[in-house]
Amino acid sequence: MAGRATTRALLLHLAVLAALVLLYWILPDYHRGVLARVLVLAVFAAGYNIVFGYAGQLSLGHAMFFAAGIYGAGLPVYHLDWGVGAAFATGVGAGALLALVVGMLALRTTGVAFMIVTMMFSQVFYLTTLYFTQWTRGEEGLVLPQAARRLALPGLEIDLSDPASRYFVAVALFSVVLMASFAIVRAPFGRVLVAIRENEERVRMLGYDVFSNKLAAMVISGAFCAAAGAAYAVLFGYIGSTFAAIQYSILPLLWVLLGGAGTVLGPLLGTVFMFYVVDITSGYTSAYLLIVGVALIVLVLFFPKGVLGTIRERWLKWLP
Amino acid sequence: MSFGPHLLLATLEGLVTAAVLALTALGLSLVFGVMRVVNVAHGEFFMLGAVLAWFFSTLVTGSPAVGFLLALVLSPLVVGLVALVCERAVLRRLNYDPEATIVATIGMLYIIQQLALTFYGPEARPVQAPFNLRIALPWFGYSGYKLAVIVASIGLILATWLVLTRTRIGLVMRATQFDRETAQNFGIPVDKVYAAVFALGAMLAAVAAVLIVPIQQAHYLMGLDPLLLSFIVVIIGGLGSLRGTVVAAVLIGLSDGIISVFFSPTLAKMIATLLVALVLVFRPQGLFGQAAR
Repeated sequence: MAGRATTRALLLHLAVLAALVLLYWILPDYHRGVLARVLVLAVFAAGYNIVFGYAGQLSLGHAMFFAAGIYGAGLPVYHLDWGVGAAFATGVGAGALLALVVGMLALRTTGVAFMIVTMMFSQVFYLTTLYFTQWTRGEEGLVLPQAARRLALPGLEIDLSDPASRYFVAVALFSVVLMASFAIVRAPFGRVLVAIRENEERVRMLGYDVFSNKLAAMVISGAFCAAAGAAYAVLFGYIGSTFAAIQYSILPLLWVLLGGAGTVLGPLLGTVFMFYVVDITSGYTSAYLLIVGVALIVLVLFFPKGVLGTIRERWLKWLP
Repeated sequence: MSFGPHLLLATLEGLVTAAVLALTALGLSLVFGVMRVVNVAHGEFFMLGAVLAWFFSTLVTGSPAVGFLLALVLSPLVVGLVALVCERAVLRRLNYDPEATIVATIGMLYIIQQLALTFYGPEARPVQAPFNLRIALPWFGYSGYKLAVIVASIGLILATWLVLTRTRIGLVMRATQFDRETAQNFGIPVDKVYAAVFALGAMLAAVAAVLIVPIQQAHYLMGLDPLLLSFIVVIIGGLGSLRGTVVAAVLIGLSDGIISVFFSPTLAKMIATLLVALVLVFRPQGLFGQAAR
């Protein structure tokens, strides 16, 4: 029975990925560009979902992991003329390492204190990017030259500033992260995370090492978020302090809450939905923060489980 | 200027920061202490207080003192009312669940900020000080208004302390903070106490903001810094401890003033934030607080 549910869920996820590939030929130019960006941000949300949705730790500092990816990849490209592949790996490594250090400190606290500590570490990271303005150009940011944004693979070279390759690189990255999330959730490790979310004391009593499991979740989450940041830097060619600001810690929370915390496809759904809501309403009003604020309050008051969380509760029990 | 006067100037500036910070943080600390709720929108209540102060002071022409006094009375009242509405409409329905209230107050933060931007605009606008007096020190002249801010803040903090320790209302608040359920058993209307405390916390932030606008202009983004600094103060002082909050505010305000005069303000903020995060990690009850029961 469990096997059938897994097969069904696997098929659903593969279908979503296939649909994303096919959409390239269906969507008009503008929406292809939007979707490429949304997919990268959905990777960010998926990373946040591991810690918030599955392990149940409300972090308000994930902007630092996203920004670690952005700077970890962007600065070597800009200042040291590194290749895109090496820079991407550095970005992901920087994010994972930062998550390890921050996790080791912040996970000593829980609940409200965890939220404040992560927010403060993230704020320190943000101020650091401003302080070293000589290299980062602070709020103004750096634009990576188009010539540097080429992915050299054996036998072919991909120009990442080209819309088509940008789209497929974003889809590829998202596919990897989506399937990795799926595997994590299905694995014993994922079950332990959910158990920690539901009742930490009981998990400890059963003999699991709660701290190490949470730390592992934090590092994986940091690596995913940094991968999103690194991809953002090389695909869209802009790195700046704004990505480290507190807003970028709150946005993934909003996306995940909207799509459904603790669901594998929720982050994608939430990101797509929120991005288009802001995109469409910005045609009428510049007050997009108002929409973000109202969305947060409405969600937390009336739909605390988000879209997919509610669907899972009502109809599709097998949804991971 | 030589080192001595420089240090004196930095200390005075630090004390002004500390005075305003203590009031703001006191509001946050009160809300956290009694309700166990982290109000992320606290900085926006501060900002709203400043923006409304500008609005009320433009209503009257003539002596700046009249406009300022009008703002000092009306602005906190309006902010308190807004906070009351937020509490009744949102926080109470969430049953004060800690994580849900954080998300909801983040939502309020964005809503208030956006409304301020829409109706007030992106400009920074000054409010005239109620009086213009320079106190001549041997090395430099110093604004008399800034000294008045320090005095006013001390007065307000003492008043809050007296209310909390010497009146029936204060007793009811402390009882609710100590043990919500027992308080309810003794017939204390906990629900109403929560509403009042949330409004009072916002009003303290608004008063602090009105006091600061003649020195620092009103701007729709001015809420973030006081929010983070208040968090820092409340954590260092021990969550919910009034004495600790005031001591920590003086400590943080002074060191912020002194460090930013002699070093880069960004570096000062970086170090302070990092130190506080570490305090929270290794000494969660704060430097002056007692361990949680």
